Amino acid sequence: MVRERETPKQQQQVSYTVEQLVAVNPYNPDILPDLENYVNEQVSSQMYSLDANLCLLRLYQALMAMPAPDFSLCLFLIPERVQMEEQFKTLIVLSHYLETGRFRQFWDEAAKNRHIVEAVPGNKLGLNAGFEQAIQTYAIHVLSLTYQKIPRPVLAEAINIEGLSLDKFLEHQAANSGWILEKGHGRGQLIVLPRNEFNHPELKKSAADSVPLEHITRIFPILG
Amino acid sequence: MATTYDYEEAPATYDEGRHQDLGYDPNFVPDSVRSFVVHLYRHIREKNVYEIHQMYEISFQTLSDRLFKDTPWPSVDAVAHYVDNDQVFCLLYREMWFRHLYARLSPTLKQRIDSWDNYCSLFQVVLHRVVNMQLPNQWLWDMVDEFVYQFQSFCQYRAKMKNKTEQEIALLRQYDQAWNVYGVLNYLQAFVEKSNIIQILEQEKEGLEQFTATDGYDYSGGSNVLKVLGYFSMVGLLRVHCLLGDYQTGLKCLLPIDISQQGVYTSVIGSHIATIYHYGFANLMLRRYVEAIREFNKMLLYIFKTKQYHQKSPQYEQILKKNEQMYALLAICLSLCPQVKLVDETVNSQLREKYGEKMARMQRYDDEALVIYDELFSYACPKFITPSAPSFEEPLVNYNQDAYRLQLKLFLYEVKQQQLLSGVRTFLKVYSTISLGKLANYMEVDEPTLRTILLTYKHKTHAVDSDGKIISNADVDFYIDDDMIHVVESMPVKRYGDYFLRQIVKVWYI
Repeated sequence: MVRERETPKQQQQVSYTVEQLVAVNPYNPDILPDLENYVNEQVSSQMYSLDANLCLLRLYQALMAMPAPDFSLCLFLIPERVQMEEQFKTLIVLSHYLETGRFRQFWDEAAKNRHIVEAVPGNKLGLNAGFEQAIQTYAIHVLSLTYQKIPRPVLAEAINIEGLSLDKFLEHQAANSGWILEKGHGRGQLIVLPRNEFNHPELKKSAADSVPLEHITRIFPILG
Repeated sequence: MATTYDYEEAPATYDEGRHQDLGYDPNFVPDSVRSFVVHLYRHIREKNVYEIHQMYEISFQTLSDRLFKDTPWPSVDAVAHYVDNDQVFCLLYREMWFRHLYARLSPTLKQRIDSWDNYCSLFQVVLHRVVNMQLPNQWLWDMVDEFVYQFQSFCQYRAKMKNKTEQEIALLRQYDQAWNVYGVLNYLQAFVEKSNIIQILEQEKEGLEQFTATDGYDYSGGSNVLKVLGYFSMVGLLRVHCLLGDYQTGLKCLLPIDISQQGVYTSVIGSHIATIYHYGFANLMLRRYVEAIREFNKMLLYIFKTKQYHQKSPQYEQILKKNEQMYALLAICLSLCPQVKLVDETVNSQLREKYGEKMARMQRYDDEALVIYDELFSYACPKFITPSAPSFEEPLVNYNQDAYRLQLKLFLYEVKQQQLLSGVRTFLKVYSTISLGKLANYMEVDEPTLRTILLTYKHKTHAVDSDGKIISNADVDFYIDDDMIHVVESMPVKRYGDYFLRQIVKVWYI
């Protein structure tokens, strides 16, 4: 539940409540209600209002939480007027690219809007570093649903790592996450992603058929 | 914007102060009403739940139809002396009085505020005093349901500032606590906590408590009121949070209730429907389409089989309305996530009849499709509200549609993102393997674009459930090996386990 504060628009400084909150709870979906209550107590007016900056922070965190639908959940609660503001529009565009697998466009847009991303409250506390990593994790998640074997250039574009850095990254993943590096036919490297039930359908356990113990206990009286 | 959404209210006609003009005397108590309150009072004191239910459900309706078709019931002051001026009975009477007013007439602002006061008084009695009553579940559900409804109605009313009179604006300013969103949430939350209902349900699973088995009634001389209000408040909270667009919190509030089984929530048809309707809607907005489809299907089948028994009930119209809305939501879910195998034959044929043509058009994902998505969503969605107090500065505006517009916009945004998936699906159904190059050709896009489309398909068909696990909604799936797409037909889910359990139970009952 959010409404914009009726104060004149000025470049809001990071309020101490945000810093406190972020320091204690870097990512917690339950932050918002707690903070709302806190803010409401502080504000003497009867109107329930929330700092637009705080919404921005929350959206930013929600973006990092993908594939969880947190981002759209937040949008449901932020008034349309507020969503039209520049910084919000940028985050919404970034979210759109991620939702539709357009990683190249995402990284381009994020780079162009570095200043907005950095202006999000809390980034001064060093949340920025986590942002890239979180998006890369999401990218790898979607790629793992989709590919058994993925060509190197496709992977590189999705996680925005190239050249030597990519080599290092791949070595690390091979050593720790079960990735296998193969030679593709003439076109360079192929990366074999770990097997899961989504990119290897034969692994799909018929979970539908397992009967929870609870259900069996219900018929114990009958089985006698 | 679909006009089905617009909440139109006739101008209020019953101001108690002007009763002379309109032939209503709040102090006149017909004999049948005197008899009604005297008997109802006695039954409540004697805890005759069955009789209370009959009077509440049937007699009240009959008298309303006969004597109070378009006037309010006699004022509480006029009947109080017939019931020993019993404070609690008077609060209950007033609750019914206001509910009748909202149903048949149009409340004034003052009446809305008075109703809020009455709920506060009534709820405070239940929360803070030892209440020694047993009331029928129907009544207790209606209290919570009506409370939330009046809150929703007030927010809608308040958001239309444009034509408010000076008087109304003054009243709004003065009574700014009435129907405040925090107040509403507070009471519902207080019922949940004070009644200890969550712990009771937990302990019931281990056989340490009896609640569901007795339908919430207390057979050891106590009262069911607080416990059952606490229970129904969980559904109330789900509803309020949906109205505010906070789907995740809403679902969290419902968590203690196991909707895979019967429970007190199914003991009253209104509660059953409200629970599943909002649960399904919240899951739809969270993109958990399979979950929504499953629950809508079960509910619609149940209504189909049992609605004949409710034909005479005052809730019949509401039941039918919600039935239609759920069919619309089901049509939306199935268009976004074709999983027809999850739908029962009976429900499916009803669905085809009502929305067969529209569903075909929705799955074309063109501009016309968006219009239909808009139409169905607007028809079936909850009446979203903006909980904030209005701005009293000139110019006064109406903002009652803001909340709805936002939810609709975000919903259509999601639909648009899924636009390309329909095309992919069609091709995947035809091929077992196909190269990226070939498919890109057929779909008239370049390979990089096709890769993003395929990623989108995977992302959109694999939702994150409430435990953070990935669950697949896909009816047809695939994986990519370098530049080859391998299609995977998903098998119909045969639930042998459940089948055996049911057979065992069947045999036992022979």
